[in-house]
Amino acid sequence: MSRVLLSGNAAIAWGARLAGVDYVPAFPITPQTEIIETLAGWIGSNELDARTVMFESEHSMLTAAGAAASTGVRVFTATSSQGLLYAMEMLYSVAGWRAPFVLVNVSRAVAAPVTLHSDHGDVLAARDSGFLQLHAATCQEALDLVLLGYRTAEHPDVRLPALVNLDGFLLSFTREPVELPDPELARRFVGAFEPGASAFRASRPVSQAVAVLGGGPYSYFRYEMHRASEHAGTVFADAAIELEAATGRANDAVECYRSDDAEVVFFLIGSLSTTAKDAVDRLRESGTRAGLVRPRLLRPFPTAALRSALHGRRAVAVVDQDLSIGSGGVLHAELAGALHGQAGAPLLASFIGGLGGRRVGVDELCSISGEALEAASAGRPPAPRLLYTEAELREVRKLQAIAHEERHR
Amino acid sequence: MSDADEPTRYRRMQDLPSTHLLGSGTSLCAGCGGLGAFRELYEVLGERTVVVNAAGCMSLLATHPFTPFRGSWLYSAMASAPAGAQGVRDALDILIAKRRIPADEDLDVVVLTGDGAASGMGLSATSAAIDRGLDFIYLCYDNEGYGNTGQQSSASTPHGARTATDRGPRGYPGVKKDLFALWVANRPAYAATIIAAEPVDLARKVEKAKRMKGPRLLLALAPCPPGWGFDPKDSIEIGRLAVRTGVWPLLEYADGRVVRTKHYEPRLPVERYLERQRRFAHLFEPRRDEQTLAAIQTAVDEACARVT
Ligand SMILES: Cc1ncc(C[n+]2csc(CCOP(=O)(O)OP(=O)(O)O)c2C)c(N)n1
Ligand code: SF4
Repeated sequence: MSRVLLSGNAAIAWGARLAGVDYVPAFPITPQTEIIETLAGWIGSNELDARTVMFESEHSMLTAAGAAASTGVRVFTATSSQGLLYAMEMLYSVAGWRAPFVLVNVSRAVAAPVTLHSDHGDVLAARDSGFLQLHAATCQEALDLVLLGYRTAEHPDVRLPALVNLDGFLLSFTREPVELPDPELARRFVGAFEPGASAFRASRPVSQAVAVLGGGPYSYFRYEMHRASEHAGTVFADAAIELEAATGRANDAVECYRSDDAEVVFFLIGSLSTTAKDAVDRLRESGTRAGLVRPRLLRPFPTAALRSALHGRRAVAVVDQDLSIGSGGVLHAELAGALHGQAGAPLLASFIGGLGGRRVGVDELCSISGEALEAASAGRPPAPRLLYTEAELREVRKLQAIAHEERHR
Repeated sequence: MSDADEPTRYRRMQDLPSTHLLGSGTSLCAGCGGLGAFRELYEVLGERTVVVNAAGCMSLLATHPFTPFRGSWLYSAMASAPAGAQGVRDALDILIAKRRIPADEDLDVVVLTGDGAASGMGLSATSAAIDRGLDFIYLCYDNEGYGNTGQQSSASTPHGARTATDRGPRGYPGVKKDLFALWVANRPAYAATIIAAEPVDLARKVEKAKRMKGPRLLLALAPCPPGWGFDPKDSIEIGRLAVRTGVWPLLEYADGRVVRTKHYEPRLPVERYLERQRRFAHLFEPRRDEQTLAAIQTAVDEACARVT
């Protein structure tokens, strides 16, 4: 095991390399490009025995990824934002093909308006596709989740593709110390890809992704996928224990930080959890029992683990880095669903933050934890609130006014 | 003698294989010219194939848990069948190169697509597969519309034809997109037009394509009884008329040249083909649309003059 300074993108590329991928279909989009370029560099210098092919779109890239995985090679690919949305039709298709591979999404807010910065609007749009969904909070985790992604996706009782998410810019281009597992250990951990009897071979004709007539067979196949996804929770948990035994790094489906005795808990995903841990520490110093509960695994949704982690807490400040237009925060709705009807469930307060790379700071988190606690005391959940300051609004208005004046001078 | 120099096995009707590789009883329409072309092609290509299909009529060939195929099948999506073919091809190459499967487990990769997908939504995926020199056979059955959804006009609909979306007195105002020329302009390994009604010509072209490597187009005109408006029993007859009037010249592109593989001289007037189909009935009734008929004939004459 060696310790090196790596960007999130480089850590992901190392994950793919250590998993021994065979095939990397690709299409460029910021901030994902560096991953593919890194892999292409290794392929060019024969450090990685794989093939990369440039496609003309993410739609095609995902089609090829699914087709190649169905034929029996280990596939890796990556995208962001508009690319993920462009490929969305095929996300649903290849998951239905039960093609196991890893797709990394370096999350970036979706147009319009167009931006390069991160939020989770892209990746959460894929949450019902049948892909398993894993969210990294650090560069180290980005690497580990790629290895865990292959282990889980390829398991004979799962056979669903896995999507590993890391936050654009915040992780993709931030360099952190990362422990690289010993290549032998990584190989043994991920294991060889056994495509099973459904791979295309001359000696063994198979039909894949055929049409069905009517709701009977359709429901059958969709429900099979659902059960496979649920089963992936167990497979992931077992694999995480094994990885922890080998490396000392825990990757449970739900991370709990100082939450056991907490009265108020932050519930959020991705790299913002690092900031949230600082806020927890700060709140604890000032006497507030705060904690963090953060799912790494979003599909399958770790309902049981979340229920038990949040049982007996007074309030939860849910911070969504996404906005379901006309509804609100996606995580908030998911958590509310999971806790519905549970005795001793905490009050949920919904905050929308971090849209398009808008920073959420420690101070802001500390203040919303207070709001969540107050609401719990009042026994009434507050209306969902966008984290946005008067100063930010004034800044936007000021620029609009300047542009208006320029135009009409 | 190498495989590629082997003389053709198919000189007469009696030479054609009749192994019935493709099972019967599928849910496609009686008299489907696309299925006819595919059936003949499959006989020559054989079962060591994986057919990657784009959404269209043929997507219903395999319906769970039944399949008419002796070989393999993958339904992909409307826009990206060539990319699916790329994924399978690359994976087989990798598996063989890494000795994870023996070379005799290899398969011919075939895209099966309608004209709508081929000339519209799937065009960029097709063009990119040609750019990458993908080793595959691309069979487009051209029923000149979006057949599966009820014969709306596609970019491949001929000028003047009535479709579900062009119901006016002049039919489809556009001009049929020349998919063959689009392919040829990109210098594929091989390209040919075929039709079920000319099975010997078809078999020879498939045989030739099978021996080659790289992107290979087989473009079949597919008379479509419900979409074009004729009796299913006349499907072959309509196909013959398409060839004999010059509406569907039988072409072949290889080594930088386009040649005609079969001549019928003198050509029949185009009207003989048009008058047999309901989609062109408005050109004859209540009165003859001389202008449109002349324009269609002229376009055919010019196209025929361009190839020898
Ligand atoms: C993305 C998408 N849009 C629309 C459809 C609906 N659709 C299914 S088949 C079809 C027609 C395809 O036409 P063509 O490629 O000419 O094949 P044909 O139906 O004539 O066999 C359409 C529009 C689809 N399957 N996918
Ligand atoms: S609609 Fe036309 S092309 Fe489609 S199956 Fe029927 S005859 Fe064939």
